[in-house]
Amino acid sequence: MYRFLQELVGEAASRVCHVRTRLLDLVRDVQAVHGCVPADAIDRIADELGEPRVVVEGAITFYAFLSKTPTGRHVIRLSECPSCRSPHGHLTAAALERELGIGFGAVTPDGAIGLQRTACIGLCDQGPAALVSGVNGRPIAHFTADRVEDVVRAIRDGTLRQTGSFDDVRDSIRHSGDVVLTPMVSGAGLRRARAMTPEAVIAEVKNARLRGRGGAGFPTGSKWEFVRRAGGSEKVVICNADEGEPGTFKDRAILHEVPETLFEGMAIAGYAIGASRGIVYLRGEYEWMRDGLERTLRTLRKKGVLGENAGDKPGFSFDVRIQVGAGAYVCGEESALIASLEGKRGAPMDRPPFPVERGYLGMPTSVNNVETFCCVARILEKGSTWFASMGTGPSTGTKLFSVSGDCSRPGVYEFEFGLRLRDFLEKVGAENAAAVLVGGPSGLFVGPTGFDRRLGFEDLATGGAMMVFGPNRDLLEVASDFMHFFVEESCGWCTPCRVGNVLLKERLDRIRLGQGVPGDLAYLEELGAMVKKTSRCGLGQTSPNPVLTTLQDFRHLYETRLRNDDGLVPAFDLGEALAESARVQGHNPIFHEDP
Amino acid sequence: MSDQVTFTIDGVEIRAARGKKILEAAEEAGIYIPRLCWAKALTPGGACRLCTVLVNGRPLAACTQPVADGLTVQNDVPEIREWRKQILEMLFAEGNHFCMACEKSGVCALQAMAYRHGIAAPRYPFRFPKRSVDASHPDVLIDHDRCILCTLCVRASREADGKGVFGVIGRGPKTRIGVNAEGGLGATELAAVDRAASICPVGAILKKRVGFAVPVGQRFYDERPIGLDTETAAISEGR
Repeated sequence: MYRFLQELVGEAASRVCHVRTRLLDLVRDVQAVHGCVPADAIDRIADELGEPRVVVEGAITFYAFLSKTPTGRHVIRLSECPSCRSPHGHLTAAALERELGIGFGAVTPDGAIGLQRTACIGLCDQGPAALVSGVNGRPIAHFTADRVEDVVRAIRDGTLRQTGSFDDVRDSIRHSGDVVLTPMVSGAGLRRARAMTPEAVIAEVKNARLRGRGGAGFPTGSKWEFVRRAGGSEKVVICNADEGEPGTFKDRAILHEVPETLFEGMAIAGYAIGASRGIVYLRGEYEWMRDGLERTLRTLRKKGVLGENAGDKPGFSFDVRIQVGAGAYVCGEESALIASLEGKRGAPMDRPPFPVERGYLGMPTSVNNVETFCCVARILEKGSTWFASMGTGPSTGTKLFSVSGDCSRPGVYEFEFGLRLRDFLEKVGAENAAAVLVGGPSGLFVGPTGFDRRLGFEDLATGGAMMVFGPNRDLLEVASDFMHFFVEESCGWCTPCRVGNVLLKERLDRIRLGQGVPGDLAYLEELGAMVKKTSRCGLGQTSPNPVLTTLQDFRHLYETRLRNDDGLVPAFDLGEALAESARVQGHNPIFHEDP
Repeated sequence: MSDQVTFTIDGVEIRAARGKKILEAAEEAGIYIPRLCWAKALTPGGACRLCTVLVNGRPLAACTQPVADGLTVQNDVPEIREWRKQILEMLFAEGNHFCMACEKSGVCALQAMAYRHGIAAPRYPFRFPKRSVDASHPDVLIDHDRCILCTLCVRASREADGKGVFGVIGRGPKTRIGVNAEGGLGATELAAVDRAASICPVGAILKKRVGFAVPVGQRFYDERPIGLDTETAAISEGR
């Protein structure tokens, strides 16, 4: 075994040419074959790459899909996302435990199968869902309890299909708009771009008033302009396909249905900013789509959309490689994504410098969302006027929405911006919604009083996750699940996020279980506000939202669970408490103020 | 473009070299911005977030944010003092800190910072984590109970000692300081004279056999509350 492991690491290191920055590929290989990356392997990897071992260990222990201890030759990772969990998810969980004879977090005695829970895997519209490692992270959608026996048998027999086939996952596109999900004439956008100067391409994207589709809404044209104007001869285009926000799966639909549009958009970006390299950072949970994407890349190289002389014109070369992640939500943050691509812990970086100045390997880098690239390809194909005629003034074009939860038509929808939430809910079959989580847990819970608000950057900005909750859901339990998510996914670097989320969850759970006191609500609000203000990156700056936005729109849910019966007051105003005795005694106590 | 910029901290006008970080510029001007994870000449960490200030109204870490012409920085204002207290209380609640029995008592920046901010006890419930001690090194030990994850040891070892003895491992609440050997600190190339062996602001990395040498009342922070050095240097130099 020992000799085998050493050889395994050696081969994996050769495959990445002993390049330090390809650490993630190397350890993913070892993990896939060996089921873990033990101490001996870490020593050898450190040797092969010329890195301190603690740096290698730091990277391995950062990612949820990598482990120092044996996890089983195949790991079944059941999604614990609220939309996967109910109504049938807990039955699947129980059936798995029964069938395997082990609990979650354990491995069968023969070392064959490990059982784990995992954060959202992007199959919210067809849950319960799980991923199986060792077979390209094959997804099992509609994983009801009655299928458990068959799936486990197939894993043991080795008959679970090796390829990332789509027979389980139905691409439930419910509504295609005119922009993203409508297949385009392959190469048309890039050809038109190549007939223009790069500056004119950027101007075209600016005229379309395209804003980033990941949720933050930064103007794409401006970002490209920064990168184009930044110094240095080499620049990089990165596609952020790390959609880890629970309840988001619209990129899954793009990557499967219209990947050519995405890659063409990347090539246009490369031409506009002066980059010859593109990288798709594909979330570890989507490993099963990798082979299909590689096939599309080969097709596009043959067609001349990618590769040397891309876009049928000599002089411009652009190609794309795919980097698969290893289970870390925070890598969706662009500086963390770049760190992960460089083979480091996927922790966010301090700014400045911004990635547009100094990003991947120090090169000016444009990181854009999957959907943004698709919009780019269509804008160049059909023109900025066409694009800007859709949507609203500040939010042009269409938006993809991932709809899941308590509605009759979950799936992917493409609508023009500006839709009223009430109309949206009607279209997805959620007329009885008690709450909608707009933008996933880092977004906000909106109750019926907010259903007249509109979807767009000017009102309800969202990366597209729309999770619907019916009147029978316990929203505090949902909020608690999401706080658990943020606790687990915090990179751990800064104090407020690492500690604050744990404390928020602790107090929320106390209230949820009927042990809260009135002062706890102010405690949660103060703590949550402080975590948002002082955290280093977007994760901590939004992670208190499940608590804060439910406190805002659903305060009664908290208030009805508070304990008021025992007369104990956990905090009080000392001055007020002593006022009476001070009056009787006729002298005033001196209170020392905080320095 | 001039290589000097002018900006204000709490209304005081300060000139500093372009590119300098706010915390360092403030330090040179005799304005103390509380921090635990910063040390001169090491890459700033932005980890503890104690140095959070409002820059033109936006909360940013003063240790990583460069100065710029015309910035309005707010440092010693009620809102920020409250955040700082909360951060300090979080650190006390997160680890296992027993000041009364700690060798670093009186020389501990966390303790001194708590005094500066008037903290008697944290408002947050103690987490009582189960953490380990690594005493495998002949001269230095690391007690993770008392670690605040400031990462000064990581940066000092890498940048000042040129060694890379320490690193950050794990994620989220399980994040901890790791060492560059499976066998523990004793199997690394750490030497007692390394900067990394003495930079710990709390009682997590300790030199063996030198604890409790100074009597209570004469310890470093007994005489000079934290931050005072910066503030008095400015006064004595007539700034």
